[in-house]
Amino acid sequence: MKFIIVVLLTALLGFAAPLYFTWWSFAVSSFVIALLIHQKPLMAFIATFLGLFLLWGIMAIWIDNANNHLLSGKIALILPLQGSTILLILITALTGGIISGFAGLTGSLIRK
Amino acid sequence: MRIAGSIFFAIITITLIYFLDNQLTVGGQKTPRLGYFLSPQKGFWQNAEPADKKYNADIHLPQLSGKTEVYFDERLVPHVFADNEKDAWFVQGYLHAKFRLWQMDFQTYAAAGRLSEIMGDSANGISFINIDKFFRRLGMVYAAEKTLQAIENDPRTKSACDAYTAGVNTYIHSLNEKDYPVEYKLLNYKPEPWTNLKSALFIKYLAYDLAGYDEDFEKTNAKSLLTKKQYESLFPYVVDSMQSIITTPLPKLVNVPNVKTPKNVDSVYFDYKTQIEPLNEAIKPNKNNGSNNWAVAGSKTKSGRPVLCNDPHLNLNLPSLWYEMQISTPIFNTYGASLPGAPNILIGFNSTSAWGLTNSERDVKDYYEIQFRDSTMQEYWFDSSWHTAELRDEIIKIRNKKSDTEHIAITVLGPVMYDPHYPDKLHTNKYYALHWVAHEGSNELATVLKMVRAKNYTDYIEATSTFQCPGQNFVFADKAGDIAMRQAGKFPALWYRQGDFLKPGQDSSYMWQAYIPDSLQPVMLNPERGFVSSANQEPYVTRTYPYYIPGTYNLYRGWLINRNLSAMHNITVNDMMQLQTNLYNLEAEKALPLFLNNIDHTKLDENASKYLNLVSSWNLMNDAKSVGATIFSIWMDSAIHKVYDDELNGNNPNIPIPEVEPSTLVSNIIKDSAKLFADNINTPEIETIKDDITDAFISIIPVLEKAKNNKSLEWGKFKDGGVPHLLGLSPFSKLHIDAGGGENIINAFEKYHGPSWRMIVELTDDINAYGVYPGGQSGNPGSKYYDDFVDTWAKEKYYPLHLYKEDIIATGKNLLGKMVFSK
Repeated sequence: MKFIIVVLLTALLGFAAPLYFTWWSFAVSSFVIALLIHQKPLMAFIATFLGLFLLWGIMAIWIDNANNHLLSGKIALILPLQGSTILLILITALTGGIISGFAGLTGSLIRK
Repeated sequence: MRIAGSIFFAIITITLIYFLDNQLTVGGQKTPRLGYFLSPQKGFWQNAEPADKKYNADIHLPQLSGKTEVYFDERLVPHVFADNEKDAWFVQGYLHAKFRLWQMDFQTYAAAGRLSEIMGDSANGISFINIDKFFRRLGMVYAAEKTLQAIENDPRTKSACDAYTAGVNTYIHSLNEKDYPVEYKLLNYKPEPWTNLKSALFIKYLAYDLAGYDEDFEKTNAKSLLTKKQYESLFPYVVDSMQSIITTPLPKLVNVPNVKTPKNVDSVYFDYKTQIEPLNEAIKPNKNNGSNNWAVAGSKTKSGRPVLCNDPHLNLNLPSLWYEMQISTPIFNTYGASLPGAPNILIGFNSTSAWGLTNSERDVKDYYEIQFRDSTMQEYWFDSSWHTAELRDEIIKIRNKKSDTEHIAITVLGPVMYDPHYPDKLHTNKYYALHWVAHEGSNELATVLKMVRAKNYTDYIEATSTFQCPGQNFVFADKAGDIAMRQAGKFPALWYRQGDFLKPGQDSSYMWQAYIPDSLQPVMLNPERGFVSSANQEPYVTRTYPYYIPGTYNLYRGWLINRNLSAMHNITVNDMMQLQTNLYNLEAEKALPLFLNNIDHTKLDENASKYLNLVSSWNLMNDAKSVGATIFSIWMDSAIHKVYDDELNGNNPNIPIPEVEPSTLVSNIIKDSAKLFADNINTPEIETIKDDITDAFISIIPVLEKAKNNKSLEWGKFKDGGVPHLLGLSPFSKLHIDAGGGENIINAFEKYHGPSWRMIVELTDDINAYGVYPGGQSGNPGSKYYDDFVDTWAKEKYYPLHLYKEDIIATGKNLLGKMVFSK
């Protein structure tokens, strides 16, 4: 239950913070969530990772579908990912997830 | 332990964020700030527009005085209905920025010599600092400042520019980081506020593109390698068969400037001395920047009304140079192609008339050798005394590096473009001042703003009379039935060959002595033949014109257009579409029989004979499937090199020399004067023209074999045309377009150059107009409207263009949105 709450809260605040602050401000919110809602380090890492991984992944999939994969296909050639939209979405989700996860892990480790 | 762990992971987190928030260098290239770039809330994902996006908005701004409604039709062309003219230009600025901000900004950075600010001193093998130095030394900023003054001095232009700039800036200020065009996110910089100076820079960029071509260094070099007879034969002033644009007889020569050739011209100017050293890399506009335009009178059309056609040939890019729109105000109602960067509809029509432009191709750019007292360039010798030069410092900011400064001396003859610090192509180590008409303060926008409201021939004459640079052939037609053509521009009155070569600059005798008076630039109005046309050929009959009027004139397109138009009757819009996309190769009609007569069959093996059969049975059409077009095209290139290279550059391709035109080779063969050049001076044997043409053919066989193996022998594949993105990013480009066309073809689609806007306007009561450009209305690579016209264009199809009334479009079915601007 706690785990799911942390995932959802990470996603929610991870969405809200960049509306007002810089793109990486979700790292701060994930850190604070892990600090306040304590879980074991591994669980904290996974939960905060998942929160952002899902948020960024779902947002990217959502945008990409509405766009008929037009821009993602082009960016996946520039970056270079051989034009693979799926790989680009995965890298997007992982980027958000990893930063959030490490921020959460840091928060969890500070408690106790 | 846990404290140590948390510190450890805190460092990891911060390091991760640091690297993802900064540009990294991978393989010599800068990445975007990857974390920001990938963020679905801030980065490129935000540029991925929903395919069903609607462009609606209700915008309230205190600076607007009335209400403006904008309807986007099914192709995302905005139809703007404004209560007053000022608001209309404001909204145009807003829309240009909304759909084309990055390109406008980028092009003015380029024009101002500021690319290093955003790109760094070099990237991907391109030296941006060299490009910047070139534009600074060309005097682009100096010229733009003068044009800005001229704009500020004309109330109508100033008002339009102020409104336009305010519109652009209103849009820029409404942007958040997430809204920036994707190119800003890739290169990691921000849009800067627009200014009227930026519009002036943009206009100067057009002047550079269209009136910035010169071969003065190359010709000076050629002069040192050739006898006068050879030179005249290779780079003739009068080209046989060229049909001038204006055939109106000139008035009697009274009160026109008398231009004197300097006394020492033979010893000082027509000399043979220049020392040749390796080539300095030079930047030049495309020589083939040109265009076709024509208008046919009602006497030749089925409807009895004039039809006007225009297709400007320019570098093809995405986002496109052009943005289509309708602007309706209580004073005028106009539709056409506008250039994002200034308030304008450049080529288009209004409710009573239509107009179009082609480039004059006149040479308005000369160099003078300046004698400075010493290398500080403070004083120079002119008219028997020392004069003080003004020194202008151009500071070039470089991203992540210390800025660089160019010291440019300004003399009475112009700014010193080349000096030992910034050497010329010939590495003469000398000082050359540049005199360029574009340096002079002029207000070309005034003409554009008058054309949109021109009701008749008188208005057209008034509008075009002040136009200076780049000189243009303005074609005009109206509902009253008038058709007209005039070459508008400011041109120096020159003596024979003046300015073709580098000129001495120690006294005033080599300067331009006068400008050509209006009386000698006649207008052609309603000629008996029933049409006017221009395709970058000589403007007047050079053989008899009282002044020397040099330029890079095109022979074949104008000739073929006239041949077609003369033979046509009962012309419809459909006929005009076919003429505008005509693929007939007149150059080949003239050259191929001569080539075939001069081929020595005994030297050809079986394979070569097979290719010879293909080209000799070719129907002379440069269509996509044609193999003959491929063979002829490279045979011509090869023949020119075989015949002339030994005399011109001793087979050293690095020596700067002017290009020899295919028409010159043709006329040399016909007149037998190719004998002058046929012998390869580097071999003991005496070669004939037959040897050269045959050798040229044999030498292209491996090229053809290679193309055959790559399945690219057909002309469309061999030419491999396309529309590249301005940054050369291939995923943002539309490449490998299998289509016909070519240099010297009416449909002038070469590789990345060609008809950038095709327009046909029949001046019927409700105006029957068609147009297309190889691009799309949105500059966003993440929009489906980014390049959606390209296929239509490549297939030689057109879209109908509507000069809508507001009540009609307001109830239109397929609207993509409506924007309302009001107080």
